[in-house]
Amino acid sequence: MPPQILPRRAGSPRRFGGIALQIALVVVIGSVAYGAFSNVAENLAHAHIASGFGFWNNTAGFDISQTLIPYSASISSFGRAFWVGLLNTLLVAAIGIALATLLGFAVGIARLSRNWLLARLAGGYVELIRNVPLLLQLLFWYNAVLKALPVVHGSLALPGGGILNNRGLFLPRPEFAPTFGAVLVALLAGIIVAIALQSLARRRRARTGEEMQILWPALGLIVGLPLVVFILAGFPLTFSLPRMGRFNVVGGVEILPEFAALLLALSVYTAAFIAEVVRAGVLAVAPGQTEAAAALGLRSGMTLRLVVLPQAMRVIVPPLTSQYLNLIKNSSLAVAIGYPDLVQVFAGSVLNITGQAVEVIALTMAVYLAISLFTALSMNVYARATAVVER
Amino acid sequence: MKCLAMAIALTTALACATQPASAQTLAAVKARGELICGANGTLAGFGMPDPQGNWTGFDVDFCRAIAAAIFNDPTKVKFVPLTAKDRFTALQSGEVDVLSRNTTWTLSRDTSLGLDFVAVTFYDGQGFMVRKALKVSSALELNGAAVCVQQGTTSELNLADYFRSNHMSLKTVTFATGEEALKAYESGRCDSYTTDSSGLYGERLELAEPSQNIVLPEIISKEPLSPAVRHGDNQWADLVRWTHFVMLDAEELGINQGNVDAKLKSDDPETRRLLGVEGQYGEALGLTNDWAYRIIKHVGNYGESFERNVGQGSPLKIVRGLNALWTKGGLQYGPPIR
Repeated sequence: MPPQILPRRAGSPRRFGGIALQIALVVVIGSVAYGAFSNVAENLAHAHIASGFGFWNNTAGFDISQTLIPYSASISSFGRAFWVGLLNTLLVAAIGIALATLLGFAVGIARLSRNWLLARLAGGYVELIRNVPLLLQLLFWYNAVLKALPVVHGSLALPGGGILNNRGLFLPRPEFAPTFGAVLVALLAGIIVAIALQSLARRRRARTGEEMQILWPALGLIVGLPLVVFILAGFPLTFSLPRMGRFNVVGGVEILPEFAALLLALSVYTAAFIAEVVRAGVLAVAPGQTEAAAALGLRSGMTLRLVVLPQAMRVIVPPLTSQYLNLIKNSSLAVAIGYPDLVQVFAGSVLNITGQAVEVIALTMAVYLAISLFTALSMNVYARATAVVER
Repeated sequence: MKCLAMAIALTTALACATQPASAQTLAAVKARGELICGANGTLAGFGMPDPQGNWTGFDVDFCRAIAAAIFNDPTKVKFVPLTAKDRFTALQSGEVDVLSRNTTWTLSRDTSLGLDFVAVTFYDGQGFMVRKALKVSSALELNGAAVCVQQGTTSELNLADYFRSNHMSLKTVTFATGEEALKAYESGRCDSYTTDSSGLYGERLELAEPSQNIVLPEIISKEPLSPAVRHGDNQWADLVRWTHFVMLDAEELGINQGNVDAKLKSDDPETRRLLGVEGQYGEALGLTNDWAYRIIKHVGNYGESFERNVGQGSPLKIVRGLNALWTKGGLQYGPPIR
């Protein structure tokens, strides 16, 4: 439960002095910031260094190895390069957060397991991973693990048409025929009907106490219906397989080794911290809750899912937010292995070509600040939604 | 990360210092008692500490020549190793007095970065290195290849230009330092490694099997490498510029480390002016009149520095080519001292 701060009545005499002090502080900080800002501008002019964001629409001229939006060195601008870098950062951060959460919860709960071996393994994982610097782990994944993959001309052919070598993992690229839209419509309809079915079942249980089995009908709707449409539409999905070109694998979806190394390092590292957060959260739930659940006849899996974790989440979410923020900020270590994230592309190539360190670094910091604040905000909304309602 | 720290340092320095940064570098260097020189640190032949920790190389010798001119002691230099990414910020923020780090002179660097490039000490061009086993004999056969390149260099930009203008596709893999890019090339991450061709010769020797790698014949760009100073301090720019010119003039006049003492007694008016026997040319630069004598005595003329570091007296064996004196069919031309 969050600590309660009692609101003090506004307008009381003690309060007035406090407000005056705060206004004075804001004025001082504001004037220092303004002084620094105007001084920077003046000194940049003195040193004949260009300033402002006039470079934003100029042609970038350099290539980027991973672009989620169309980007070409010859026509795209520095501004476009900024968005490419930002999206690459968001991609690795989002997938990293998802993986770290899954792994972290699994390890955290495993560490509390009554199974001696499982608990010791989870404990060993946490102690090993969280005590080795992240940069070293990143270099380990990139140089020791991924570089040990076969060279391009000795590529491993994976079942299903994938290709693996030290330049990345190349997977078949799905190609959708126009009629594939019908499959999506069927999938959507299936999901909607399944949800309606579930609410019907719930209402019926509330009314009559009877359990209605909806697993199979729901599966039939969500999987079966689109499958039937897919067959009727004449298999509107093909895969273009990656194949060997003169130098490189061409075609297919490419997963860069730099991306894989960064993702692995970030998720494995952060998961160790999340595991401890989860363990602490679960231990914070009073043992009486588990005993009460057992007395009601709940099995241990149900107890964990229905009784312990929902209460533990209230303890887990605030420190979990910090771990998410750490992961986002740590993604800037990408620069060490050449993954084109925001820092590598924008605070690297763009900064160097334009030479406008002040603007570029300030904007980069502002972006990380914005991403972190947004993440923290979402987590706070979640925490508020799940807070104990006092009656 | 270092770049980030330096950019913050620059911001802080700019936010705090109110004095204009001009016409003070020489006085500051003299007061400090040593020159601070931004150098490469990892490029054999141009700037790298040897196993004993002594900095050697062509760009390093240039800074030693400046120190010799000012202090009559080529060891009064502190070398700061800089990556391509960090170099301009280091110079702008005043962390180094002069940047002598195989840096290409371009218009935007000369203007919007607040720098002044002084003189082309090395005419270079960008080349490609590939593994022999790839059986490629021309850069034009590299369509679809993966190329490793260092970030923040003209190489990064020329690479995109060259493939575009020849209607070829490529996969660029960019690294923050040349070392990382070279390591990635060696591990097979890329088919080719590209940088200035002078750098390719040096870096090829750092590979485990130099003989299994070749430098392709194409030179795809003009890379006039020049030392740089901060814009606005003309006295300092003059000193740095004439350090280069006087080394060229000395070579042209046949003055070298071995005969410079004997040449003091020469009757030749050009030699006498250069060595400070006649005239007050050194004082005009804010130095003593024997400034050129000091440079030749301690470091040698341009040709000596070239051959010792990157030419026939070095493992790199780069031929003079464009860097020969104008009298021998090259582009190196020292204006007269008078």
